[in-house]
Amino acid sequence: MSAPTAGRGTPAARRGGRAARGKSTASMRHRLAERGVDVSLLMLLPALVFAVVLFIYPFSYGIGLTFQPTPAMQEQWGAGIWSNYVAFFRDGFIFDSVWITMRLALPVALFNVLVSIPVAFKLRHRFRGKKALTTLLVLPITLGTVLTAQGLLIFAGRQGWLNRFLLEIGVIDQPLQLVNNYLGVMFSLIISGFPFAFLLISSYLSGIDPSIEAAAKTMGADWKQRFRRITLPLLAPGLATTFILTFVLAFSVFPSARLVGDASGETRVMALMAYRAFGELLDYPMASTIAVMMGVVELVVIAVVLLWRSSMYKGSTGGKG
Amino acid sequence: MTAHTTAPGVDLPLPEPRRKGSSRAPGEKALVAAPSTWIVWAGVAAFFVFLLGILTSVVVDSFGRPWFDTWLPETATAEWYSGAWDRFGMAEVIGVTLVVAVSVIVLSVLIGVPAAYLLARRTFPLKRTITLLFLLPVLMPPITYGIPLATVMYNIGLGRTLTAVILVNLVPSVPFVIMTMTPFIEQINPTIENAARMSGASMRMVFQRILLPLLVPGILAASVLVLVRTVGMFELTYLVSGPGSDTLVVAIYRAMTASGGGEARQLVSSMAVVYTVTMMVILIIALRYVSPTQLVARVKDSRED
Repeated sequence: MSAPTAGRGTPAARRGGRAARGKSTASMRHRLAERGVDVSLLMLLPALVFAVVLFIYPFSYGIGLTFQPTPAMQEQWGAGIWSNYVAFFRDGFIFDSVWITMRLALPVALFNVLVSIPVAFKLRHRFRGKKALTTLLVLPITLGTVLTAQGLLIFAGRQGWLNRFLLEIGVIDQPLQLVNNYLGVMFSLIISGFPFAFLLISSYLSGIDPSIEAAAKTMGADWKQRFRRITLPLLAPGLATTFILTFVLAFSVFPSARLVGDASGETRVMALMAYRAFGELLDYPMASTIAVMMGVVELVVIAVVLLWRSSMYKGSTGGKG
Repeated sequence: MTAHTTAPGVDLPLPEPRRKGSSRAPGEKALVAAPSTWIVWAGVAAFFVFLLGILTSVVVDSFGRPWFDTWLPETATAEWYSGAWDRFGMAEVIGVTLVVAVSVIVLSVLIGVPAAYLLARRTFPLKRTITLLFLLPVLMPPITYGIPLATVMYNIGLGRTLTAVILVNLVPSVPFVIMTMTPFIEQINPTIENAARMSGASMRMVFQRILLPLLVPGILAASVLVLVRTVGMFELTYLVSGPGSDTLVVAIYRAMTASGGGEARQLVSSMAVVYTVTMMVILIIALRYVSPTQLVARVKDSRED
C-alpha cells in the first residue's frame, strides 16, 4: 500500500490485516516447520531448562556476586563494587596463585602432549598385547586423584620403596624429597593426565589416512620430512585439543595440590585459594571472583592455543579438531 | 631410482641395489629395534613401574601392621578395614555414592539423549548458540561454575544434601552425554527412521522400536563414562556435600585432611583400596556389556566421511 491510501483505507487494511493474520497462523506452523521449528523441538526443552537453571543462572548470579564485595573487602581495598577485583590483582597472596597454577599446569600439559606423541607413534602399529596395554593405560583414570595422592605419599615418600630402591643401588645417599612439594603434584598430574593424553592422541593418529604418508614415502621423503610436512600438520588440531583438555585437567587441580603438595607455598594454586575463600573464610563474593578469574585465565590460554592451531594448517584433516 | 631399466635385453642388476638402499626387503621387520623404540618402551615401562608401585604400596599399607623402616610391614592384618568401616560409616558412604551415580546417569541420559538427537538430526534457529551453551561447562574448570552454583545451593537451603550433590554432578554430565551421543546418532543411517515414518510409525514408535535399540550401545558406553566421572568427581561434590551426603572420594579426602594431621595412614589406605576395588568392580561389570572404545571408534568412523 502507498502512503496516501493508508489513512483512508484503515478499516479495509485492518480487515485485510486480520485476514492475513488468520492466514498466517494457518501457514505459520508450516513456515516454522520449514525452518526446522516444530513440536519435536520440545525434546530440547529438558536440556535447555537444565542449562539455564543449573548453569546460566548460577553463573550469572556468581558474576553479579563479584560486584557485591563484603564491607570488610570494601574497607580494605576501596574501589566500591570493584574492590573484589582490585583485591585479586593487588593482594600478592591471591595474585601469586595465578603464576603458581601456571607454573604447574603448563609444564604438565606440555609434557603429557609431547611425550604422548612419540609413544603413540611407536605403538600405532599392531603388535601383541596392544589391547592389554591400552586397558592398563585406562587404569589410572579409575584410580582417582585421592588414591594416587595416597599412593604417591607412601611409594615416593622418604621411606617409600622408590627412595629405598635408589638408596640400595647407590644412586643417591640421601632420600629424595619427592612429595609434599611441587614435584609430588606434578607426578600425580602426570599419572592421571598422561594416559588420557595418550589415548586421545593415538585415536587422532589412527584417524589420519596412512596412504598420505605412504605417498610421501614413495616420493622419497625420509621420516623427518614425513613427520614435519605430513603428520604434524594433520595432527595439529588433535594436539591442540589434547593440550587444552589436559591443561584444563591440570589447571583445576585441587585435591592433589593439597594432599601431595605444599598447600601453603609452592602449590598454592588458584583452586585452593577459591576454596579457601568459599569454605573457610565464607566470603562468597571473593570466592566467586577467584572462580571467575580462573575461567578467564583458562580461556586466555585456550585462545592462545587455538590461535596457534589456526596458524598451522587450514583445511580438512579428516578429524574435527 | 630404477630409471635405467628401459633398455630391453639389458641384464638387470636385480637384488643388489635394493639391498643397498634399505637394509631389509619390504614387509620384513628388523630383529633389533631402533634406539628410539627402546627409549619409548623404557619410558612406558617406567610409567607402569610407578603406577604399580603406587597401587601395591597402598594395598600393602592397608594390610600391614607397623610399617616404618623396612621393605615390607612386619605382620599382616585386616583390622584396618573393619576399623575404617566402623569409623567412617563406609556402608552409608558407599550407598550414597551408588545412589548419586545411578541418579546422575539416569537423569543425564534422559535429559541429554533427546537433545543430542535433535542436534544430530535437525537444523533449527540458534542451533550454534545452543550447542555452545551445552559445550561451555565442559570447557570451564569445575570450580569456576561450581562455586557460584554451590553458593546458590546454600542460599536456597540445599547445601549438604543428597539432592545438591546429584544436581551439581549433572552439570558436567549432561553436556558430556550430549557431546558423546551426538556423533553417535549422526552415524545411524537416517533412512531407517524415514522408512519407519513412511510405514506409518509415529515419532514415539520410531523412538521405541527403531532408535532405542540402535542407541543402546551408545547410551551404555556414555553411561559407563558418566559413572566413572561421577564416582571420581571430587571438586564439585566437595563444594556441596556434608556429613550424610559425602561420596567415597570426598570421605577419603576428609579423612586425609582431618584436623590434627589426619587419620591413621593405614585407615585412609584401606578406604582408598575399597574405593579402587569398587571402581574396578563397576568397570569390569560395565565392560562386560559395553566397551567405551566402541563409542570412540564409531565417532572416528563418522568423522572420516
